[in-house]
Amino acid sequence: MIQMKAKVIKGARILQEAVTTQHGTDHEYTTTGLNHRKLLMWAFLGSDCMFFGSLIATYMVYYGKSKVGPFPEDLFSIPITSVSTFVLLMSSMSMVLAYAAIRKGSLKGFRVWILSTALMGMTFLAFQVFEFYEFANHEVHFDCSQVGTGNLSAFEESFQNECIEGVTTVDGIHDSDGNNLTGLTPKTNLFGTTFFTLTGFHGAHVTLGVIWLLSLFFYSFRGGVTRERDLDVDLAALYWHFVDIVWIVIFTVVYLFGVFPGFPES
Amino acid sequence: MAQNEDMSTETHLGSENHSDHPTPLTYFKVAMILSIITAIEVGIFYVEDLSYGIIPILTILSVMKFALVIMFYMHLRYDNRLFSTLFLTGLALAFLVVIALLALFQFFTPS
Repeated sequence: MIQMKAKVIKGARILQEAVTTQHGTDHEYTTTGLNHRKLLMWAFLGSDCMFFGSLIATYMVYYGKSKVGPFPEDLFSIPITSVSTFVLLMSSMSMVLAYAAIRKGSLKGFRVWILSTALMGMTFLAFQVFEFYEFANHEVHFDCSQVGTGNLSAFEESFQNECIEGVTTVDGIHDSDGNNLTGLTPKTNLFGTTFFTLTGFHGAHVTLGVIWLLSLFFYSFRGGVTRERDLDVDLAALYWHFVDIVWIVIFTVVYLFGVFPGFPES
Repeated sequence: MAQNEDMSTETHLGSENHSDHPTPLTYFKVAMILSIITAIEVGIFYVEDLSYGIIPILTILSVMKFALVIMFYMHLRYDNRLFSTLFLTGLALAFLVVIALLALFQFFTPS
């Protein structure tokens, strides 16, 4: 009975090694000589370029077509977005250092860098949540004496009718239930729809990336991340760098071009 | 034990598909260049006199950042060319989709 049990355990080990060899360490024959998982990841990233390309194109097509505000210049804060961009760029560096650490067999180094990558990813997401919250709760505040002087934005000027006799300042526009009417949501205007769709999908990609990184971090404590299985980290790193390069494009096209004050008035 | 070590080395090389990777120092230098380019981008943003001239400048700077990340951090510079082909094909198609959509909706036509 004991011998039989030992044989079963031995058989299970052999089977596990066979499975590991096939799927874990990627030591299989391929016609290209390249790893299939890595090839698939690059194909996926190429297709994801088209996905984000169409979203960015849609944003650009409807740029400046919104009939009602708020508009990008009422909402965007370039200094804040620059900080979150910097955080995401630095997370790419820590990600690649995590990969370099596991390639050297330094599990401790891997854990430190991959955790810092995940934390920076979460920081970026926190910035995005803050931004979305601020946009949704945007309120107009202006002095009625500024109406017609050119100091107010087009969106603020659209509320000049609020400056009736006896009213000197406008502090938010609300409906009868007290709801703010000047915030930006996906259904407010074309800008809101395209902006939230584009940045929301990017944020979803970052969220998935953070989950992936944390999974690798915790999996490393169970012996699942080793030097021999560095491809698992490599694939996660490729995905993470991809969300970084997508943001490089979004930051320039949506934010910098979107509210550049130097464009002539059309 | 020795057999296991051999297998370990063999399988590790089997999963590589690439030769030399940059050192952590190179990664750090790339990160610094990326930071500097971003700072330049933000600085240029406040130069209103550039008018439409800001479009090619920021586009070039973004392309530089993009290229640095895919070449050094995603190792396309060091990996097999098939990976580059797969990714750059998707990227080129995406670029064409963007241009086609913009042209279709008369983005380039002055209103």
